[in-house]
Amino acid sequence: MLARDVMRDHQQESRMFGRRVLVTAIGGLILLGVLGARLVFLQITSHEHFSTLSHENRVRIQPVPPTRGLIYDRNGVLLADNLPSYQLQIVPEQVPDLEQTLAQLQRLVELDETHLERFNKLRRRHPGHDGIPLKLNLSDTEMARVAINLHTLPGVHLEAALTRHYPKGELGVHLIGYVGRISEQELESIDVAQYRGTTHIGKNGVERAYESLLHGQVGYQQVETNAQGRMLRILSQTPPGPGSDLHLTIDIQLQEVAEKALGEYKGAVVAIDPRNGEVLAMASQPGFDPNLFVQGIGEETFKELNTSKARPLFNRALRGTYPPGSTIKPLVGLAGLHYGVVDPDHSVNCPGFYQLPNNKRKYRDWKRWGHGRTNLDKGVVQSCDVYFYDLGRHLGIERIHDFLAQFTIGQRTGLDFGNERAGVLPNEAWKRANYNEPWYTGETLIAAIGQGFVLATPLQLANAMAILANRGEAYRPHVLQWSEIPGEDNPETLALTPIAPVIVKDPGHWEDVIRAMTRVVHSERGTARKIAKDFPYRIAGKTGTAQVFSLGQEEEYDADKLSKELHDHALFVAFAPADAPRIALAVVAENGGSGSGVAAPIARAVLGAWDKLERGEPLTPAVDPDSEPTVPVNTANTPPRPNT
Amino acid sequence: MRALAREPLFDSVPADTRRIGLLAHLHLDAPLLLGLLAASCLGLIALYSAGNGSMDLVERQLIRLGVAFGVMAAMAQIPPDKLRLWTPPIFAAGVLLLVAVLLFGDVGKGAQRWLDLGFMRFQPSEIMKLSVPMMVAWYLSGRRLPPNVLHVLVTAVLIVAPTALILKQPDLGTALLVASSGGFALFLGGLSWRLILAGLVAVGMAAPAFWKWGMHDYQRQRVLTLLDPESDPLGSGYHIIQSKIAIGSGGTYGKGWLNGTQAHLQFLPESSTDFIFAVYAEEFGLFGGLALLALFGFIIARGLIIAVGAQHTYGRLLAGSLSLTFFVYLFVNVGMVIGLLPVVGLPLPLISYGGTSLVTVMAGFGVLMSIQTHRKLLSR
Repeated sequence: MLARDVMRDHQQESRMFGRRVLVTAIGGLILLGVLGARLVFLQITSHEHFSTLSHENRVRIQPVPPTRGLIYDRNGVLLADNLPSYQLQIVPEQVPDLEQTLAQLQRLVELDETHLERFNKLRRRHPGHDGIPLKLNLSDTEMARVAINLHTLPGVHLEAALTRHYPKGELGVHLIGYVGRISEQELESIDVAQYRGTTHIGKNGVERAYESLLHGQVGYQQVETNAQGRMLRILSQTPPGPGSDLHLTIDIQLQEVAEKALGEYKGAVVAIDPRNGEVLAMASQPGFDPNLFVQGIGEETFKELNTSKARPLFNRALRGTYPPGSTIKPLVGLAGLHYGVVDPDHSVNCPGFYQLPNNKRKYRDWKRWGHGRTNLDKGVVQSCDVYFYDLGRHLGIERIHDFLAQFTIGQRTGLDFGNERAGVLPNEAWKRANYNEPWYTGETLIAAIGQGFVLATPLQLANAMAILANRGEAYRPHVLQWSEIPGEDNPETLALTPIAPVIVKDPGHWEDVIRAMTRVVHSERGTARKIAKDFPYRIAGKTGTAQVFSLGQEEEYDADKLSKELHDHALFVAFAPADAPRIALAVVAENGGSGSGVAAPIARAVLGAWDKLERGEPLTPAVDPDSEPTVPVNTANTPPRPNT
Repeated sequence: MRALAREPLFDSVPADTRRIGLLAHLHLDAPLLLGLLAASCLGLIALYSAGNGSMDLVERQLIRLGVAFGVMAAMAQIPPDKLRLWTPPIFAAGVLLLVAVLLFGDVGKGAQRWLDLGFMRFQPSEIMKLSVPMMVAWYLSGRRLPPNVLHVLVTAVLIVAPTALILKQPDLGTALLVASSGGFALFLGGLSWRLILAGLVAVGMAAPAFWKWGMHDYQRQRVLTLLDPESDPLGSGYHIIQSKIAIGSGGTYGKGWLNGTQAHLQFLPESSTDFIFAVYAEEFGLFGGLALLALFGFIIARGLIIAVGAQHTYGRLLAGSLSLTFFVYLFVNVGMVIGLLPVVGLPLPLISYGGTSLVTVMAGFGVLMSIQTHRKLLSR
């Protein structure tokens, strides 16, 4: 019985299997029929069409890389250019013996390991009918030597190409960025078809952030070739769409003044137009020559740049996070007024230190013997720490956090390029998440004078000034003003993004704080009084001196005894004119020692140059002739801006 | 007993194999061997032309063919019963190797497929082309057929898991072959038409939703280019445009051996590997092309006949699946070269230059021969 069951199953299975095979066989025959029919269509019906094509088909399709967009400053000064150069390319498919060809080339041009390595890497990545660059930027002699031997080198081509050049060299390098060879990782993330024939891609700064605008659309041409595949003539082409030219908000002359004013100090200067968020200058020192990267930086040079203690590759303006120190006092003061914790007349006594109830620890003022009775105005003008310890304690860390966050302290500003760091604006939740510890009131006091956990970038400080200058209404900072595809009269203006406006309870509070900041510069006791001289407008400013390390309870800060790396950072933030601000800026000089002595004069130099540039007066000493604008400078106050 | 009356239909086909000849002694199947040899010869002829008359390619391919036929003969010696016993460990080892490839594999041409053993590099995904249908056949042969829903689900996991691992490398072509080889075994095992229909409907419903919500813009763009390569004349479209010109200009009788212009003037990329059919069809025309399709059709038909004549479910399912997978190779490669299907990197086995997949394909034919030649006389 059982055996018969199994037996029947087998027969049934076998029958079913046979039916299934029959079905697939019929399906397969139909599909083979489809293939056959397609062959008939191609080889009989369309034979004539393809036959003609084949006769004419000495035709090859070649990519034509687009011309990369140029970069200009706000006055039309060229910051990134394309220069013609020759490169050596090999089409592997056309080379009978690659090793021999390479050996032959080695006698004609200088080729080292890195060239060959890179070539082999690219060869694996690209189809064999693509031209693979072996060496870029041939010298004139090398070009000539290859050119006369070209007939013995099938598959070897000399291609005219454009190479990126930065006429200003180091100037504004962190902002403009640079292009370099497309790396393997980048190949994974880009549309490879769009980059056929292109060797370089934006690596940093604006060059990277606006890569999609700058690159353009790849074109292709049908070319007639001889049997070795060498091009005889162009039959037709789809021209490449050139990349857009970028017009930045930067004034390169102001940028130069800012970089020079920093001098030997490592640090950053950021200047923003508070009316629209345009970044006027963004200096980070020290810098480096971007042209090194375009030509393929040598390993040695790169190592030197990358490991240098001064960190020249590092963009301090967006990525350097510093304790803002006293520069945030005006904001903390404004928070006090807004939350009604203090009014402008409220005062505390400053004996030179502050103590929490039932706690022995002394929180010291920078002035050993104290400021005496101090109200908000005096607290800002003389930068009294005790006043802000007291205010901070009554505000509490959460209100400080919430209010200052609106001014992008310890928050990303939303700048349109670069990889800005957030910094830190601490509160209880942040400390819990990062240290798994409760928040202590003492830490609130320290945070209220911009020390302790608080870390901000120079960009954030400048942006905070722009928001303050404009009484709470501002736009996100940006460096692109407008862009335009060359030849098309269709400029595209970057849309301004307004920030969520900062509302304070009484608009008069803005004026209270700004008045105090003005008196920092323009009063007898102001910490930055030395910079007021000869400036036609009133400046609102605030000095800051930020500790690099903490002193013990009874230790003295003695600059002479400390190594330079441990000197305090010097900071200064300002905007001008105080009543109708058109520029807001922040200066950070690493280990500068004193905000009033070092950072404020740097800011003064930048403000002075800004004023002269606005008036159309020449800067003295005269800037070198290289930076003469290629387009007439627009001397009116309004920058050249398309009407869109 | 009407069912029994139809039985001879299946019994009569392999009647001749009871004759003991030299080939049968070596466990080789004469018709299949003949077909494979003929196809290899066609391949060498086309390759000589694609290589611009260089013996270099031909010699190297001859060595590979030698190795591949050797592997085939060796596989033919293993009785299906043994193979069946070894199936689960082979499958498990293959899956482990695939995982190893993802973790430690070498990257070549942008995909992580190779495993470096020190003395040689190989692609574990090749093993799966055989071990997936073997595993599905092994699993189903131990169940009552047609399989119930649970068994179908288990089978689906056996197919999908290695396929997903191969897709992740990423190797679309191999993944397609592995999935279809398993799928064929399941289909031949009697997967119910209702389930097939339900599956098709589910895929049909899910696809538009996935298209709309499951993909990024750039992914959609990539799929569109895949379907319409001519919109991307610099990328995959270039191959198709050139290959259509080559084939179409060949006409009815072709331009004659070594007289094709497209491949020789190097307009046709990859003319000796994936696109060799275009070289062949340019020089030998429609007749040559149809003859090649017929030859491959004969090989597949012989494989299916072996499947029908097999005595055990395992052999039946495995033989059927291997034959049909060979058909997928043919259809996908030729379909791609003549511009019917998107460009998927699959070679035309026995014709294209290259060794790795050739060895696997021939090993599969070895299994087919073993199934055919190890049959026992059965008293019915």
